[in-house]
Amino acid sequence: MAEPSTEDLAPPPSLFKLGGVLFWIGVFSFGGGLSGWIHRQVVHRYRWMTNEDFLSGIALAQILPGANVTNLCVYVGYRIRGSWGATMSLFALMSGPTVLCVLVAIGYHYVQDYPVLHACVDGVAAAAVGLNLRLGVVGTQRIYRMHRVAPMIAMVATFVAVGVMEWPLVPVVLIIAPLSVAAVWPRKGGAAHA
Amino acid sequence: MREDSSLSPYLALMSVFVPLSLVAIGGGPSIFAPIQKEAVDVQHWMSAREFIEIFAVARVAPGPGSMLGTLIGWKVAGWSGAIVATLALFVPSSLLCLAVSKVWNRYRGREWHAAMEMGLAPIGTGLMFSGAIAIFRMAQAGPLAWGLAIFVGAMLTWRPRMHPFALLGVGALVFNLDLWLAQSGLLR
Repeated sequence: MAEPSTEDLAPPPSLFKLGGVLFWIGVFSFGGGLSGWIHRQVVHRYRWMTNEDFLSGIALAQILPGANVTNLCVYVGYRIRGSWGATMSLFALMSGPTVLCVLVAIGYHYVQDYPVLHACVDGVAAAAVGLNLRLGVVGTQRIYRMHRVAPMIAMVATFVAVGVMEWPLVPVVLIIAPLSVAAVWPRKGGAAHA
Repeated sequence: MREDSSLSPYLALMSVFVPLSLVAIGGGPSIFAPIQKEAVDVQHWMSAREFIEIFAVARVAPGPGSMLGTLIGWKVAGWSGAIVATLALFVPSSLLCLAVSKVWNRYRGREWHAAMEMGLAPIGTGLMFSGAIAIFRMAQAGPLAWGLAIFVGAMLTWRPRMHPFALLGVGALVFNLDLWLAQSGLLR
């Protein structure tokens, strides 16, 4: 699959259009997988952002405090339409779920005894994790294309430490990040090109 | 829903969620435990049972798992509580993220910026995979859920244009099939 580059990008959308796209992602994100949805729409469908830029946003969103999805949304909105884009994106993404989750809470008592519904919900939630796994694969493919060993090691080490061993994120990132950045730091006379 | 004319429930919600917003490194799940402690033991907003129910609703409803905060706000002070809690939980971290994005953007194109991007991206990807595992751990998911998620990830990698709704539908179907098999006694 060809990776979209800066030349292939579509012109930035209006604030209204950007908000509309994120609003519908929020509304239809049953079971989660929002980062995967945002990537799909913003990078692939509308080509408002490059894959590379998006992945750098993913890293920022995960490392900074706050929900990863809202951080990513702010980054994406900012890259597409500046500060107003970020504000619009965040409110558009969150407004639907804010109302819907309360409605679900109100309705929950009436439906909690139907096992079929529970099975639907659990099934959708499990499948939605797959959307984020897909995004992980996109990130891995990008690392692979760097043709460097260090980023691959950094990825696997982070995954094993945080995901498998369940070590706390902060010290893990504080140790791995400087090493990972140092390994790809431009050397004198040479340049770091991905 | 409680009618409360005083500002105090809103201030209480903000005093809980604003600080948590700024320490939630690793995303929403990293603050679920302190949220539970505050909501149940410290502020006495709800019983432990109610919290578990709200937790289940947040997982089911659209939006990030952190909608948990919205639901606590709703329990405490109705719709306005829901809005206050949502803003308190998401605005502080978002402002920080916006500020960092701005600074980050200013140095785009520099060599060291490219190196930092290249060095940090793999960490983001590693955390993405870790997040998937964490969700399943929290939901105490079985092999069926794992298999399904891997199937969906593989399908989308193989056929990126495939619509996710179709795959989410497959998820619902598979889990219902499993339920039906379990109830009919053909398995287990």
